[in-house]
Amino acid sequence: MNAQVFTALQTIWIKECTRFLRIWVQTLVPPAITMSLYFVIFGNLIGKRIGDMGGFSYMEFIVPGLIMMSIITNSYANVSSSFFSAKFQRNIEELLVSPVPTWVIIMGFVGGGVARGLLIGIIVTTVSLFFVDVQIHNFGIIFITLLLTSTLFATAGLINGIFAKTFDDISVVPTFILTPLTYLGGVFYSLSLLPEFWQMVSKANPIVYMVNGFRYGFLGVSDVNYLFSLGLLVGFNAILFSVAYYLLNKGTGIRA
Amino acid sequence: MQALHISGLTKTYKGEVQALKGIDLTVEQGDFFALLGPNGAGKSTTIGVISALVNKSSGQVSVFGHDIDTELEAAKSCIGLVPQEFNFNQFETVLQIVVNQAGYYGVPRAIAKERAKKYLTQLDLWEKRNSPARTLSGGMKRRLMIARSLMHEPKLLILDEPTAGVDIEIRRSMWQFLEEINKQGVTIILTTHYLEEAEMLCRNIAIIDKGVIVENTTIKALLSKLNIETFILDLAAEVPTIQLTGVEFRINGTELEIDVAKEDGLNQVFNQLTEQGIQVMSMRNKANRLEELFVRLVESGRGEE
Repeated sequence: MNAQVFTALQTIWIKECTRFLRIWVQTLVPPAITMSLYFVIFGNLIGKRIGDMGGFSYMEFIVPGLIMMSIITNSYANVSSSFFSAKFQRNIEELLVSPVPTWVIIMGFVGGGVARGLLIGIIVTTVSLFFVDVQIHNFGIIFITLLLTSTLFATAGLINGIFAKTFDDISVVPTFILTPLTYLGGVFYSLSLLPEFWQMVSKANPIVYMVNGFRYGFLGVSDVNYLFSLGLLVGFNAILFSVAYYLLNKGTGIRA
Repeated sequence: MQALHISGLTKTYKGEVQALKGIDLTVEQGDFFALLGPNGAGKSTTIGVISALVNKSSGQVSVFGHDIDTELEAAKSCIGLVPQEFNFNQFETVLQIVVNQAGYYGVPRAIAKERAKKYLTQLDLWEKRNSPARTLSGGMKRRLMIARSLMHEPKLLILDEPTAGVDIEIRRSMWQFLEEINKQGVTIILTTHYLEEAEMLCRNIAIIDKGVIVENTTIKALLSKLNIETFILDLAAEVPTIQLTGVEFRINGTELEIDVAKEDGLNQVFNQLTEQGIQVMSMRNKANRLEELFVRLVESGRGEE
């Protein structure tokens, strides 16, 4: 990467980070509060009555899933809203007229989403320490899963932003697709609790692999093979990056 | 060296609107060039294609020898664009907007900050550097877009109606600034609705209407074509009817506007007015000559359809 391209990438990334840090009340505080409520209600109050899940206390079981849920939601929302807002205010034109390669635009925006995802991950993990002693089975797997998942959903958010024509369009996918898939993705329960048929259906949900891969990094237990999870993440990332590249290069939604 | 060369450029938008029907245009390095045309003529589409905001349908565009089909990034590096609509993030500060823009062109942050100080000071915006863009006045926003377009020190500056909605004092200071930039060697292409602006600043001109160039010449040559002058005569009193032969005229209260061919002179008009007992108190020349010519060119072009 030459110095010019690196400067452009750095500029987009810093701009994206500055954006979510400037509006921290909207971006950083809500997940901390929501997750604290999840920990108190599901983990502490209801969790005590549920007993063990997968050989761990219910609280220990849901912590990795909840961290992952926050990361998915925030990485996605950061890029979809930032990119759409750039289209809406037309400042995306600042990038379109300058000699920034398409892949740098993608990496800059996605990098911003990943930064927010990671920061939220740290915040939620810190909050969880007030409720449970978080154990770590394999830090490497935690980090890789987190990075790949965050990148994947940030890229998905970018594609959403590219297609979006109104502010409604950037809330449709999170509301009707992302939230149901996350809640049904094994955040709150082990798949082994489900009847065999629903276990099979659940395995078509990609978020199951991300939550379980991440949980494996913390607890060393998983409903699915963690290597398969990592492979799946790499594959999905490659596909979504290619889609985003194709759309931006063609000028979908941004060039007449 | 040609700063811009366009040949056979066409653009058809979805929905079959043909905005450009084969534009040929050349702008030499160092020129101050005006692109005029009525609303919807294709000015902004042409600028959009040059600056990669609009995909062309066919034709060829090259900027300082860089074809936009094969060397798009090199072509983009040569251009600074001041668009018609405000297109910056309203929540960012003035300084963030200009420094980021430099960053997109690969200008290191330290150099970008120096340039930001230079251009924001020249455009009287340095005091406002930490204000969010949305708090600026209309004139300041226009100047911010000019500062932003210069941050990578482009060789070709394209301004799409840069003085729209700007008061006369600021407009004049912007003209002075642009003339200075042009003297330093930057080629400037300007679209404007203020024809006085084109007449004052530009050396060469193209007039575009309905997606075709109807005139492409020097301002001097264009003005010399104008053999009819318009005068406004202030009458002593309103008159019910006036009969004048040999001249076009319009009457509005006590103001009589007449179009006189240069070779005809004014005597015959005054003779006719005297015969009808109409007293003329004063007379002045109507200033917007170019405007008149522009209307005529566009109208005659349409008449041929």
